[in-house]
Order: sequence, then structure tokens, then C-alpha cells
Amino acid sequence: MPTKTFLEAIRDTLSDEMARDERVFILGEDVGKTGGVFRAPEGLQEKFGAARVIDTPLAELAIIGVAIGAAAVGLHPIAEIQFADFIFPAFDQIVSEAAKMRYRTNGAWTCPMVIRTPYGGGIHGGLYHSQSIEAYFCHAPGLKVVAPSTPADAKGLLAAAVRDPDPVLFLEHKKLYRSIKGDVPDGDFVLPIGRAEVNRVGSDVTALAYGAMLHETLAAAEELALENIEIEVVDLRTLQPLDRETILASVRKTGKVCVIHEDTKTMGLGAELAALITEEAFLDLDAPIRRVTGPDLPGIPFNEVGEHTFLPNAQKIADALRKLAAY
Amino acid sequence: MAVSKVAEQTAAKVDARHRALDLTDAQALEMYWYILLSRRLDERMWILHRQHEVAFHISGIGHEGTQVGAAFALKRGYDFVHPYYRDMALSLTIGMTPRDLMLALYGKQGEPSSGARQMPAHYGSRALKIVSGSSPVATQIPQAAGIAFGIRYKGTDQVALTCFGEGSTSEGDFHEGLNWAGIYKLPVIFLCQNNQYAISVPTDKEMPVKNVADRAVAYGLPGVIVDGNDPLEVYRVMREAVARARRGEGATLVEAKTYRPVPHSSDDDDRTYRSREEVEAWKKKDPVLRMRQYLESVGLMDDAKAQEYEARAKEAVDDANQFGKNAPFPPPEAALENVWGESRK
Ligand SMILES: Cc1ncc(C[n+]2csc(CCOP(=O)(O)OP(=O)(O)O)c2C)c(N)n1
Ligand SMILES: [Mg+2]
Repeated sequence: MPTKTFLEAIRDTLSDEMARDERVFILGEDVGKTGGVFRAPEGLQEKFGAARVIDTPLAELAIIGVAIGAAAVGLHPIAEIQFADFIFPAFDQIVSEAAKMRYRTNGAWTCPMVIRTPYGGGIHGGLYHSQSIEAYFCHAPGLKVVAPSTPADAKGLLAAAVRDPDPVLFLEHKKLYRSIKGDVPDGDFVLPIGRAEVNRVGSDVTALAYGAMLHETLAAAEELALENIEIEVVDLRTLQPLDRETILASVRKTGKVCVIHEDTKTMGLGAELAALITEEAFLDLDAPIRRVTGPDLPGIPFNEVGEHTFLPNAQKIADALRKLAAY
Repeated sequence: MAVSKVAEQTAAKVDARHRALDLTDAQALEMYWYILLSRRLDERMWILHRQHEVAFHISGIGHEGTQVGAAFALKRGYDFVHPYYRDMALSLTIGMTPRDLMLALYGKQGEPSSGARQMPAHYGSRALKIVSGSSPVATQIPQAAGIAFGIRYKGTDQVALTCFGEGSTSEGDFHEGLNWAGIYKLPVIFLCQNNQYAISVPTDKEMPVKNVADRAVAYGLPGVIVDGNDPLEVYRVMREAVARARRGEGATLVEAKTYRPVPHSSDDDDRTYRSREEVEAWKKKDPVLRMRQYLESVGLMDDAKAQEYEARAKEAVDDANQFGKNAPFPPPEAALENVWGESRK
């Protein structure tokens, strides 16, 4: 199995999917000639031509609207939104249109498309190059939301997203692009959307995480193992629909849960997970569910002290898990 | 009057475009000062980034002629400005200082635009009536129409200026903002700084018309094209647009044709999408060079004076850099402030 960065896994999968299916094409700002600002689609315009790797005007609403139209007539667009922070001009097209196309036409028209976008903080991006956007989009039934944290999952889930019959928002934590490497299976490798994975087995506390926070949580778990606290780390991988079975099985085993996300706290994914767990596994709980999240602030500050203040990290996560284990 | 003096004045009259525009010699020199100051400050910021002293820089190099010409057409500190990330020279001319801008670059306490919350180049100052914008492009355009709406509502004779790149005119915000301004004949000037690229994407892939100014007709506005590397021409066009707005005759779309001879930002490599020949050709039309040559041609600048200006600029940049570098970071609790107004606390 070759070792690849998160970014390389994405680039290679884009290439594989385009080679596999002529209906697949890429559109987005700066994706063609220069190969994308994060270089994910680098080299693909040379390989597949400017008709299939399209440098669009600077207009996110139109990028998504055009993709929806193309999907309606049988193509499989992969739209790139340059930064997740710039997806909001297209919110209407995604939430009112893509997510509702199948339902509003009673299945006559569908929207098989992928929206790829880099999200998340920790790269000195300030308010508008750091946001986590998942909570807004997990509230739109009809739209799937995927957020891998390893190169192998990036490959398997991106391939699945391209082949999915419905629109998929594919969230790529930009801090992982070059910092995370891992083995990636060769050949046709597709993972099911909607399945979480137990990344680390443990008996004391269940930690639910995804994206960059998965890695911070694993680091915290390593630290706690030295103190004989065994954390079970579940990588959610798909945020909508949630893998209720895997989540609840782990909760029933450990009886204690901590949700970790970089996104802000109130009305975030942690709230939904806590509600789900109390509804389905209340009697298995030995402690209140805890959340380690970004604070309820409108954005991540650019200055390094402010950025550090905002972001959860292994230390803050370990502190919370330690308290929970001792509860 | 001595003959030689008369001859000198006649010669000056032929070429002294600035005087024909009612600009004094001192004002023409002040224009050059801001163009130069911005350039030298900007160049230092690129160096600081390369030295890993700072995380990010986005530049206004090449755009200074447009911006200084535009700023001179305003009542600085009286009229409103909703700038974009290239507007370093504009912001300096309105009254922000090199120290302010270095605080932003380093993300340090006391940074006036945002308390070092925003990335650098999100220029702003409530006192100077400069609104610190967001990073999603074109969002300032309908807001500038809104500022002009507010001006009209309150009945003052202020105007609003907003700036943006040509690529950003593909966003709905641009079209919706101009439409509104057109309907209500609002006192706003939309200044497009057309540097021919949106990061890597050239104008022919951004829009099907040749000029951004061509789009004005759809909104009932005059669309004016101007050589953006000629600050005096920009001043002339902007002065007319501002006068029109103050007279209550409505908005103008001004398109300044210019060029960005540097990468889009410190994260960009422009060699992947354009030739070195193209960049070099544009460097010959550099606004610093052009303004200096103009001043020489009318007898207002010579080598000694140019060196004096350079020395002054270097001093200001050195001072600002030290100031920014030595300033403390905001304390952690500063990140928690100004989420809500008093009533919510
Ligand atoms: C809504 C939105 N989409 C994408 C971006 C990323 N981005 C930043 S600047 C830029 C290009 C802007 O080009 P143009 O408007 O011509 O201005 P220039 O940078 O050339 O001055 C892009 C795509 C953004 N900031 N906002
Ligand atoms: Mg441009």
C-alpha cells in the first residue's frame, strides 16, 4: 500500500474517478490552469482537458447552480468551493435546490454531485479562512455531509461521494492536507457513506471526533493511556447521516461520552449527538455527556493568541477526558 | 518678472496636468509620497513574509496609482470608504498609518481595523470612516450602496467609495448592489481595480464582455474606463464621479485598468498561469515610475529630492516595523470581547 498525504489521496481519487467515468467533471475557481489554491486538482486539466476541469468565474452561486443543472441531465459534477468560508453565496442553491431536488420532484429529478471544500482553522486564516461550516449543512435533509480525517478514508469516501445518487458535501480539513500521511489502498476502493469507525479501542470513555480534531483526540488518548485511562476514539467520518449503530455501541460499552469538534458549541454537532445518545442510551450513561468545542464566537481570530484561545487541542481534550474518566 | 522664470512657467503650463486639475504642486508631491510610501511598506511586508516573520501578506503593488488618485478625489475622513484587500495606498492616503498596518501584519494588540482578529489587509478605521470588510469578495458592494442610502436618508453631502477587483464583478453582490444604487441614484462610486486576473483566472474566463464598465449600462449608471496607472487621470475621473454623487445625480462605475506585478498573495505562485514577459512589460508602466517621471517633467522632482523621499519612506517603514514587531499580542481574553452589545451581557 502506498503512503500518501491527505492531499495526494484526494488528488489521485479525483483523477481515478475522472478516468473511470466520463460523466465526472470538475468546476471551481482556479482549479484548472494553476491546479487549485491548495493544489488538490493539480495536473488534472493537463490530463483531462479544459472541458472537464473548468476554471469558473468568481461566482459560487453559479458554480453550484450550474453543477445542479448538469447533474439533472446526467453528469456527475465535482464542484470545488475554494474555501468553505465562501460557500455561503451558494447556500440557497445547496439547501433549497440540491438538497430538495429529489424530494420536490418525487424522485423524477436528482442531483448526483459532490461539493468539495477546505474548512477549519489553525493556519492563521482569521475569521474567513478558518470556519467550520458543518452544522449549517447537516440541517438540510437530502444533503449528505462527509468529513474524513485520514488519507485512506479520503480516498474511499470521495470515491463513494462521486458515485452517490445524491448531493454530497465533502469537507476537507485544510490543516490535514500536508500534515497527515497514511497508507492508502490501491485500486478501486470505496467506503460506505454513513459509517463511523472505531479508530482506537478503549473501555473508559468514548470520544466522538472527526476531521483535524480526530488527530488531537488520538494524541490526548495516547497521553491518557500513560495514566491507565483507556479512551475509545470513534471517527464519525460521515456527519449526515450519522452512524447511530457504531456510536451507540461504543457508548453502551464505556458509559461515558465526550464529543469533540472545532466548530462552535451552541447548536453544533455535539448537541445533536448528545440528544441522540440520551434518547437511545440514557440508561447506559454513567456521566453527563461533555463537549469540547470551539467557543461561541463569531470567528477564529487571526492573531496567534486568539487563534490558540479558540481552537481545541490535545491538551484541552485530555483535560476533559480525564475529568470524565474520574466522574 | 525675469524672462527665464516666464519661460519656465510657460513650459510648466504645457505639461502641468495637475494644475489643470486644480491640484497644487504640494498636492502633486503628496500624491507621489503616498504612492511611494505604500510601495516601500508593501515591499517590506513581502520581505518579512519571506523571512518567516509573518504568516501572510496580500499586496497592493501596482494599484497605488489608482488608489491615491481616488483618495485625493474624496474629502478624506468625511466621505465613507469600504475598501478591499489591495487598498493599502488608499488607506494610507485616507489617514491610516504604517504603524497601523504593521500591527495588522503581525497580528498585534492595538491593531485598529479589527483588534488583530482579521487577517492583514482588512483595512478599517471608524474615525476615518473606513469600514473593515470581510474576506468574501464583493460583499462590500451592496453595503456601499447601503451606506449611500444612509447618507441620502440623513441628508448630508457625503459620498461613499467602494473598491473591488474585476473578478469579483461576477458575484451576485456586485450586480445587486449596482442595481440598487442605480434605482435610487445613490451617492456612491464603485471603483473596480481591474488587474486582469482573479488569482489565476484571466478576464476572458471571468466575463464575456471586454470591460467591467460595460456592465454599468444594465444598471443605468455611467461606466467610465481610466488608465489606473496614471494617478492624475484617475483623480480627474474620480473627481467627476464624486461631484456627480454630491450633486445628487447618482452613482458611477469607474474601471481602472491596471496590473498586479506580484503574486496574488504570499500563498500564490503566479508563474503557473502567466508569462514573465507579460509581467515585465507591465512593470515598465509602474505607477511609482510614472508619477516620478511626471513630476520630473514639470520640474517638481529631481534626483536629490527623490532620494529625500526615499529616505523618508524608509524611515517610516523601519519605524512601523519595529513598532509592530515589538508590540504585544492581544491577551487571550480579548478574543471573547465584542460578541454582543451591552444589553446581551
Ligand atoms: C466569495 C469569495 N470567493 C472566493 C474567494 C477567494 N478569493 C480571494 S481573492 C480572489 C480573486 C479576486 O479577484 P479580483 O476580484 O479580480 O481581485 P484582485 O485580487 O485581482 O484584486 C479569490 C477567488 C473570496 N475571497 N471570496
Ligand atoms: Mg483582479
